[in-house]
Amino acid sequence: MSSSAAARRSKGLIWLTASFVVLWIFIAAGPFLWTVWGSFKVQPDFFSKADWRNALYGVMTTAETGSAFTGGGYFGAWVEQEFWRNTINTGIVVFFTVVISLTLGTLGGYALARSGFRYAFWLLMAGLVFRAMPHITLVSGFLLPFFEWNVWGKLSTTIIVLVAINQPFTLWMLHSFFLNIPKDMDESAMVDGCTRFQAFRYVIIPVMWPGVITTGLFSFLLAYNDFAVTAVLLSSENQTMVPRIASFLGTVRETGDVMFAVAAAVSAMVPLFFLVLFFQRQIVSGLTAGAVKG
Amino acid sequence: MKHRTFFWFILPSLAAMIFFIALPIVSVAVQSLFVEHEQIMVEVENCGPFNCETVLQVDNEATAALQEEAPLGRFNGLGTYTNRKHLALKEVGVAWDETETFGAFLSELINLPFYKALFFTLTYTAIVTPFVITLGLGVALAVNTLPQLLKGPTIFVSLLPMIVTPLIGALILFWMVDADGIIGATLQKIFNDPNLSMKASTPLTWIMLIVYGIWSSTPFSFIVFYAGLQTVPKETLEAAEIDGASRWQAIRYVVVPYMMPLVVFITLMQLMDNFRMLEPIVAFSASAKATSLSWLIFNDLRGGDVQLFGSAGATSILTILGVAILLTPVLIRTWRDFNRKRA
Repeated sequence: MSSSAAARRSKGLIWLTASFVVLWIFIAAGPFLWTVWGSFKVQPDFFSKADWRNALYGVMTTAETGSAFTGGGYFGAWVEQEFWRNTINTGIVVFFTVVISLTLGTLGGYALARSGFRYAFWLLMAGLVFRAMPHITLVSGFLLPFFEWNVWGKLSTTIIVLVAINQPFTLWMLHSFFLNIPKDMDESAMVDGCTRFQAFRYVIIPVMWPGVITTGLFSFLLAYNDFAVTAVLLSSENQTMVPRIASFLGTVRETGDVMFAVAAAVSAMVPLFFLVLFFQRQIVSGLTAGAVKG
Repeated sequence: MKHRTFFWFILPSLAAMIFFIALPIVSVAVQSLFVEHEQIMVEVENCGPFNCETVLQVDNEATAALQEEAPLGRFNGLGTYTNRKHLALKEVGVAWDETETFGAFLSELINLPFYKALFFTLTYTAIVTPFVITLGLGVALAVNTLPQLLKGPTIFVSLLPMIVTPLIGALILFWMVDADGIIGATLQKIFNDPNLSMKASTPLTWIMLIVYGIWSSTPFSFIVFYAGLQTVPKETLEAAEIDGASRWQAIRYVVVPYMMPLVVFITLMQLMDNFRMLEPIVAFSASAKATSLSWLIFNDLRGGDVQLFGSAGATSILTILGVAILLTPVLIRTWRDFNRKRA
């Protein structure tokens, strides 16, 4: 806003906007802070019928363990329930999904951006429709053939499926990114005698990293946050973190170990927290790229 | 670019999409025409100490053999689409004939699983979308007036509800509204009702899911509006100010019209997202009170001992058709834009 408008703003309005922002921050971050703090308490504190302040001070936690903080939930989740296995699985799935998605996506996105033919447009349209479809509808198509071919439950199958589901989005995003790289750059290289692939290799690849990183972040989020695909396609020993947390809920309620699930959920949030911390600018620009251009 | 070069560049990506998106749709369509085998029954004579009686038993071996022979099941045509779990044509017809008022017809209709899921999705969308748009615009306007130093951290915090895994975000709220959680226990105290439970009543479950929807979707609309605000030309705002517009009038008549295309964009994204809503229902264990089409498919695949591929396939095809219809205006618009650019 212009400085003159800022000068005109009354004290009351400043207070109003400030308190609105504070309220929003409280709504947005409050549940996370509460859960992170509570994950270091015992269950009677985090789920305290008597007094919610117990979770703040850890009254029962002190009574049970002798200190106001306990790593009991984390120990239960990571060591007893072997949550670390699921973390490794998530790591494998996410890493390969992102790398393969980006490799296929940069080649395809570059081709779509440089081809003015009608079929390129139809491919993009098909991508738009594919992108809008709920993932679970596709999963129901995979399941029966995968059982028949005996490839159900494997990490590699899930990676391929996630890559494919991710492709329409990756293509769209990288396509609009490559449109912003001037055509003259690779075309002048080709005038100088490069083949199309050499032009791509020596001229485009060195300048494409900002777009690739932004797209990679969203591929990461898709693979990391996925529940529909991983919950249905992975066998229980190959489960990634998110379906594992969901299955914790079923088993853990009875034994009273809800804190295992709380600790596991907080653990799974940590990488996302750092992702936003370091790549905030890219995430914001990626989110708005589609919107502002219409 | 030459056709040949284009082909080699796009090939890997295209192959992935054909094999794992296009073919599965075909596979879903085929599956939806079949239905599971009936279990083969055999008569077995059970002899106790006093008498013998004949009982029917499942012949597991023969059933397994049949399953092996024809994994798709029996051909059922469009039967799955019209049965009670899906479009329920017969039940809808009966309800239409027997009920007097339209309201009574509707309440019959939403007892059928498919329409129940559709009805919840529509209600959810109708309530969540306006909230998300107004709240997002409000936050964007407020954050825009903050000093530069505070903007970054505020945006960081605002992104969290959207970026965090939907299942985990929903669980975090679920634990808070648990009867013993902070919000649930406080509500019990306020209303002085120790049996008050968000999980037990249908309206409260719906409210809980809607609150989660608003919480997790507002960040997206905030970011989009915030970026949009940066593109509102300063000159127009200053001109409005010189003409004596109050701050409120400047927002109402200058900023909001600029934001209209973004409102359409956000509404579309909301619609698509709501069709795939699955995690909150799983996390809140709300399936008895509220379901979505995605949850119906998930439940067919994961719910029982036998996976109902036919039923899941039919719901999937209906969902895909719904999404395609919703997308048609967007596709037509993009098609026009494309032709204009070529011309």
